[in-house]
Amino acid sequence: MNGTGEDGEVPGDARWAFGTGFEDPLHGVVAELPPGVDGAAVAGVCVALADDALVGAQRLAEWVTCAPELEIELALANVGLDLLGQARLLYARAGQVDGSGRGEDDFAYRRAAEEFRCLRLTELPRGDFAFTALRLLALSCARLALLDGLRGAADPVLAAVAERGVTEVTYHRLFAAEWVVRLGDGTAVSRGRLRRAVGEAEPWLAEVLDDEVGAEWGVAPGAVRAACAADWDRVARQSGVPLPVPAPAGGAGGRAGVHTPHLPGLLAELQGVARAHPGASW
Amino acid sequence: MATEADERELRAHFEETVAADRRVEPRDWMPEAYRATLVRQIAQHAHSEIIGMQPEGDWITRAPSLRRKAILWAKVQDEAGHGLYLYGAAETLGADRDDLTRRLLEGRQKYSSIFNYPAATFADVGVIGWLVDGAAICNQVPLCRSSYGPYARAMVRVCKEESFHQRQGYELLWTMARGTAAQREMVQDAVDRWWWPSLMMFGPPDAASPNSRRSMAWRIKRHSNDELRQRFVDMTVPQADRLGVTLPDPELRWNEERGHHDFGTPDFAELARVIGGDGPCNAERVARRTAAHEDGAWVREAAVAHAQRRARRTDDSGVAR
Repeated sequence: MNGTGEDGEVPGDARWAFGTGFEDPLHGVVAELPPGVDGAAVAGVCVALADDALVGAQRLAEWVTCAPELEIELALANVGLDLLGQARLLYARAGQVDGSGRGEDDFAYRRAAEEFRCLRLTELPRGDFAFTALRLLALSCARLALLDGLRGAADPVLAAVAERGVTEVTYHRLFAAEWVVRLGDGTAVSRGRLRRAVGEAEPWLAEVLDDEVGAEWGVAPGAVRAACAADWDRVARQSGVPLPVPAPAGGAGGRAGVHTPHLPGLLAELQGVARAHPGASW
Repeated sequence: MATEADERELRAHFEETVAADRRVEPRDWMPEAYRATLVRQIAQHAHSEIIGMQPEGDWITRAPSLRRKAILWAKVQDEAGHGLYLYGAAETLGADRDDLTRRLLEGRQKYSSIFNYPAATFADVGVIGWLVDGAAICNQVPLCRSSYGPYARAMVRVCKEESFHQRQGYELLWTMARGTAAQREMVQDAVDRWWWPSLMMFGPPDAASPNSRRSMAWRIKRHSNDELRQRFVDMTVPQADRLGVTLPDPELRWNEERGHHDFGTPDFAELARVIGGDGPCNAERVARRTAAHEDGAWVREAAVAHAQRRARRTDDSGVAR
């Protein structure tokens, strides 16, 4: 067949392949930081929130073709795609402002586990649907409180990403809460599974509640803990299964690069193909 | 009970509707065989969408860029959506989604045999989009004019989304073909493995297709298997050319006289074997779907129990809790 080895785009090829040329998720967005805003600090918040989103989405992707019902299959994909979208924008922003010039894939595919800044609850294995719903509830309540505060961040790009994220994560929280209520108020089996899920998540909740990653960017001190406690209480009253609000635990966690043994395995799967083909373009 | 005279009149009306290219709607009278044929075809199509999520779905966690991850996940989600509204279309004919799922799991209803082939590398994601979705579009665009209204309308949306998927697949291959030598090899290898199974997607040759003639008379189907296969080959050859890949068929060449490409004969014995259950991944595909269904039973039961309890509480107190 002819046609091999031609490099330049040929007029008319758009009918075969359009969509190229829009690979930067922040295409067209003004990149400059307002005066006095510290780029490295903005990048720190962006990477932490992006890592939560990417690792959380990766765990949700493990449900593809395995969900209990087609409607749940669609919903989990919506949540995962929202989180993936947030991660892409936040990584792109981090690379713009930290002076490194890195792109989204440099952050996702070319960092080791200890360079990730996600909360450890995001890393734990997928678990059953009760654990998935409970974890999504815990993480969505906390993320919503963070994003809500970040709408006032001094970096307009971070503030805009937060603004969009609030709408998305409000739905994630609703989806998760409805399922936690259904499982708690469902059958003896579902109640038992939800209780077990709560027990599995409990050691990792203090880190979620006391996350101060947004402290200098519009999120009031203690705002995450207060919002989560209120949300979890409302859900627990309807589901009949108590959701603990553990006291502050202290110690270094995911935000300091201290992770569970589950993160390296997750990253090996996420990064494997990309790392096997250095210099490849996808 | 309709009398014989009533039935004759209803049948005449049905036949007139079909002949005039108008749509048959769920409440209209229709011959039982027409209904059964449609349920079989729509259910098989829905099952194909759901099983078809598996070969590509396995690559979502491993996609080599975030952009490709998002594209692939959204595509596989679209397939779940197609499955959902095709099951919905089957329900307008009186079928029940749970029952159709059971038939799939028990092997009493089929799905497209193409999904019994494995997706070995990330290039397969692109080739599935380009060739498999491309073949599906050739099959499905005429179904937008199918005589049964709900099916025809569902297919309009399905075809728009499939066409988007096909272009996404092609765009992935286009990018890979301009990448490293290893990537170009991956693309050619995937094309070599998927070309013949894609041609088999149009079914057996016309002479050996038992259900086709009646479906065409009822305008459920519009073109014969061989016509559609030819259309697919003619459409795909120039695309392969631009991509710089070789289609693995030494007999493939342009026939000036016919105004079409001549091409070799797919191995229909292989098609029969794969349909019969002896393909590379048949057991794995159904086992995965069965496990998802069985592992999820407690979740569905919990949802029903909660809904019932809430309904009782509403009855007792007069307000919803």
